[in-house]
Amino acid sequence: MAKRVGMEVSLAIGEAAKLAKVDVVAAYPITPQTHVVEHLAELVADGELDAVYIPVESEHSAMSACLGASAVGARTFTATAGQGLELMHEVLYVTASMQLPVVMAVANRALSAPLSVWGDHSDVMAVRDTGWIQIFTENGQEVFDNILCAFRIGEDKRVLLPVMVHLDGFHLSHMIEPILFPDQSEVDKFLPPYNYPLPLDPEKPVTMGAFAPPIIYSETKKAQEVNLAAAKEVILQCWDEFASIFGRRYLPVESYRSEQAKVLLLTIGSFSETAMVAIDKMREEGQDVGLVRLRLWRPFPTQELRQAVKDADILIVFERALSLGGQAGPVCSEVRSALYNEDKKPKVVNIIGGLGGRDVTVAGFEEVIKRGIRMARSKQEFEIFGVRE
Amino acid sequence: MAFKNESEVTWKDLEIGSIVVEPGSADQYETGGWRSQRPVYDNTKCNKCGLCYIYCPEGCIEQQEDGYFEPNLFYCKGCGICAHECPKDVITIVEEEG
Repeated sequence: MAKRVGMEVSLAIGEAAKLAKVDVVAAYPITPQTHVVEHLAELVADGELDAVYIPVESEHSAMSACLGASAVGARTFTATAGQGLELMHEVLYVTASMQLPVVMAVANRALSAPLSVWGDHSDVMAVRDTGWIQIFTENGQEVFDNILCAFRIGEDKRVLLPVMVHLDGFHLSHMIEPILFPDQSEVDKFLPPYNYPLPLDPEKPVTMGAFAPPIIYSETKKAQEVNLAAAKEVILQCWDEFASIFGRRYLPVESYRSEQAKVLLLTIGSFSETAMVAIDKMREEGQDVGLVRLRLWRPFPTQELRQAVKDADILIVFERALSLGGQAGPVCSEVRSALYNEDKKPKVVNIIGGLGGRDVTVAGFEEVIKRGIRMARSKQEFEIFGVRE
Repeated sequence: MAFKNESEVTWKDLEIGSIVVEPGSADQYETGGWRSQRPVYDNTKCNKCGLCYIYCPEGCIEQQEDGYFEPNLFYCKGCGICAHECPKDVITIVEEEG
C-alpha cells in the first residue's frame, strides 16, 4: 500500500533513489541540491541503502565516476545544480554519447556572476544539447515519480541514455510536500534490475569512447540523434504504464484550461502551478486564457507542442533563462522554430522572468499575460519581466 | 581483415554508444597514412645495436632474421626519431613522393 508522507522534496529524491535500489551514488554537494546528497549519504551510512557512495572532489569527478560505474553495469544516481552542472559539462556529452543511463536530479539554479544560489533555468539551458533526456517537474510528487520513470526509460534496451530530472531550486527542492510513496514491491515490479548489454568486463573486453576519425564521426552522431528522437515513444509508453500502475499520468506537453483559448501562456517547471491559479482567476473573470506546460524538454515534443497551441491567436512563452545576445530565450526560440513552417500558428511573444530566484506571484502571472497580449498587438517580441527601470 | 572497412560502415551498423566490441581493432589503423617522409636504412653501417627499435614511439621497427632492423611502413609515421638516435648514421629520412 502506498503511504502519504510529508517530506522535504530533496529528501524524497533520496528515498526515490533508495526505492530504485541504486548501486552507486557519486555526488558533490552544492546549494540547492545539498539535502539530496546529504540524505543519500545518510541512507548509505545507516545501512538503509546497499550502495557505494563515492564522495568525489568535484562535479567533474562526480559525473566521471557515475559514467564509469554505469559502464560496468551499476545502477547509478547523482544530483547537482547550477555551477556544478556546468563543471560536469564535458562529461555530460561523454555519458550521453556512450549511452550510459545515469539518472541525475538537477535542482535548477542561476549561474554566476553575480553569485546566486537561487533558482532559474540558466544551468539547464546551457546543457540543452548534451544528448541527455530531460524532464521538467512541477511538484514533489512529480519529482519522485519521474526519478523512478527516469531509470525505467534510460535503462530500456531501446533507449540506453542518461536522464536529467529538473526541479526548481528552493521553490521546489526545499518545499515540504505530501508525497505518496509506493511499496518496495510495487517499485520492483515497475523497475526491473538493470542489465547493461555491453558492460566493461575483463572476460569480454570492449572499447568505449574510442577514437573516431572524420570517416566515422558523422555516423556516430546520426545514430545518437536518431536514438534520442526515438526515445520519445519509450517515454510515452513508460508514462502510460506508470499511470496504469500508480494512477498519475504524465505527458510531454500538458494543457490546463486551454480549450478554445485564444491566448495561451506557456510555462516550464514549478512556476506552472502558480500560473494555473492565475489562469483560474482570469477564467472566472471571463477572460479567454489557458496554459500549456512543457514537461519533456529533450527530446523536444514538436508534434505535441504544435497540436497544443494550433488554435490560439497569441502564445506567451514565459521562461526563466536568457539566451544572451540571441533573439529570444532558449524555450521560446525552440517553440518558434517548431511553429515557423506551420500554416496555422499563434503569434509568439517571449517574456523572461523569475531569474536568480525572483518570485513570480499569481498577480505576477496575471500581469505577464496582460503584457503578453499588449506585446503581441504592438509587435514587441521580447521583454524581461519585473525589472526596475 | 576481420573488420568492416570504415568507409563502408553505416550509422545503423554501430553498436550502442559506438562501442568497439572486437579487441585489438587499433592494429587495423594505418597510421602510416600520416607519413610525409620515410626512414631509409643503409645496413652497411649498422652494428645491430637496436636503439632505433627501442626509441621508435610507434613500436613499428622489427628485427629481421639476419639481425638488421626494418620499419613497418603500415604504421611508421615518419617522425625521424630513429634517424636522430642512430649512433652510426644508418638511417636517412627521405621525402615521400607522389
